Amino acid sequence: MDATAAPSSDVRARGLAPLWVCAAVAFLIVSLVVGVLTGPIDLGAGSVLESAAARLRVPGFTSSLTPTEEAILWEIRVPRVVLGALVGGMLALAGATYQGVFRNPLADPYLLGVAAGAGLGATIAIAYLPEGLRGQRALPVAAFVGGAVAVVLTYAVGRSARRERDAATLVLAGVTVAAFFTAWQTFVQQQNSETLQQVYTWILGNIPSTGWADVVLILPYVAVALVVILALRRVVDVLNLGDDEAASLGINVRRVRLALVVAATLGTAAAVAVSGLIGFVGIIVPHAIRLVSGVGYRALLPLSAIVGAGFLVLADVIARTALSPAEIPLGVVTAFLGAPFFALVLRATRGGAG
Amino acid sequence: MSAIALEGVTVQLGGKPVVDAIDLEVAAGEWLALIGPNGAGKTTLLRAIARLVPFAGSIALDGRSTARMHRAELARLLAVVPQEPSTPPWMTVGEYVLLGRTPHLGPLAKEGRRDREAAARALARLDLLAYGERRLGTLSGGQKQRAVVAPALAQEARILLLDEPTASLDIGHQQQALDLLDELRGETGLTLVAAMHDLTLGAQYADRMVLLDRGCVAADGGPHDVLTEEAIARHYGASIRVVDVEGRIAVIPSRPAVLEQTR
Repeated sequence: MDATAAPSSDVRARGLAPLWVCAAVAFLIVSLVVGVLTGPIDLGAGSVLESAAARLRVPGFTSSLTPTEEAILWEIRVPRVVLGALVGGMLALAGATYQGVFRNPLADPYLLGVAAGAGLGATIAIAYLPEGLRGQRALPVAAFVGGAVAVVLTYAVGRSARRERDAATLVLAGVTVAAFFTAWQTFVQQQNSETLQQVYTWILGNIPSTGWADVVLILPYVAVALVVILALRRVVDVLNLGDDEAASLGINVRRVRLALVVAATLGTAAAVAVSGLIGFVGIIVPHAIRLVSGVGYRALLPLSAIVGAGFLVLADVIARTALSPAEIPLGVVTAFLGAPFFALVLRATRGGAG
Repeated sequence: MSAIALEGVTVQLGGKPVVDAIDLEVAAGEWLALIGPNGAGKTTLLRAIARLVPFAGSIALDGRSTARMHRAELARLLAVVPQEPSTPPWMTVGEYVLLGRTPHLGPLAKEGRRDREAAARALARLDLLAYGERRLGTLSGGQKQRAVVAPALAQEARILLLDEPTASLDIGHQQQALDLLDELRGETGLTLVAAMHDLTLGAQYADRMVLLDRGCVAADGGPHDVLTEEAIARHYGASIRVVDVEGRIAVIPSRPAVLEQTR
């Protein structure tokens, strides 16, 4: 017996190690600062700080920026950075959640048809709504509704199947629904070929410079998703053992999975509604964190949200500056940056944390 | 009062009964081996007892029906070691064993001192206390074999269900695993129900054997009563000899003479 061995008797789960939290938060802060300071007009770090201090009514500070520069900073740049952070954090968090809940390392936030549904909604809005309505008001709503309808349909199809192997059935149902919605979307698009350019731009994803409206639009959904998923993050580790094992540990698997999937999907639908289909974030960010730190879901989920936010803000900086004044589609940047980075991480951790 | 009492338990899979109207009582502290040919319903019966599959009839633990129990309450009474437990390679042994405390926590709570102590006791009992920080993927075969029991021990349930606990082990590890379970039973009065393929090992460790065939109880009793050459020939379609080795039964396959086979 081990009674003689030094009783390092305290058994602990590696929670959120301060080192990783600090690294993730530092990465996010740097990204936000770079995002706010970068743009076609150089505002200067000092002036931005002054302006921020003045806005926060810190005594003794007045902004040295012109009214136009103030507007650029607070009505265009800051909201765009905040929106990018919300979208990126949400996609990475949803990706990590799906990977845990479905025990599938390749699960991404679009797994249950949300992307195909949102694509259809956006295409219909662009093709059929009158010019005036179509713009920034109706498009996100149509995309959100399309995404939500697709996921509800996926759930309905999945549930109509037998109870056993619930998770795998759901994934298959998602593939089915996505194929159907994509076909429909392609049809609508072909029938209205004048919309091709606009639809294509939307599908490739971008963070719009639309001021605070979109931030306000998606903030509630992202907040709810964040609270629900982080509250259940220990349970995701249990679910990751498998349905039967989680159930024998006292978890109501169907109910918990439903709560997690609904939260992740609602948040993803909201993110997609404003930003289009930005691929790769939901897979690469959680996997990079996992490979580097080797943590379980209870730490992976919050870290994914933080790092995903920073990652997308940086990707957006590249999207809007690399070929300025033209913008590169954000989905192109995330894949272009993400793929080689991911390959590097894979190489560096060969045989390590795997 | 029986630790486990089954009355008319029937499980239908795909429209046909896999477990058919089984009545069974298991006394507290008993080691019951469920034996029977492939497809006899052993695993399904275990799953019904753990309420992992819908069933007709009633199952009571310590006199209380499981049907209306909260899942967590059930999990505090009964722990399961599945045939192939998933052991995420990135998870540390400590994290893994702490998952066994799940039924003692609220859905949103994290482990407290009592949970960490229970986990440490489980690891100490399995000689794994020094390995708390190690990842599951780095354990040796024997260590892993002990580790998969750890969450169930930390669960601190009075009943332990095991599905083929020795299925993938060599003969030495089989004996070690079963010795360990027997010691645990002696120390804590654990009730063990294990589906077992190896009849000889089953006979050496279990107090009682229940032979299932096509979802029904074909024989029930001590190893000497259940493991007869005639019963095994009938239910397994196997040709064997039953011999007595130091008071315990051993089941030995016997190859029929070639002449008989070709005739």
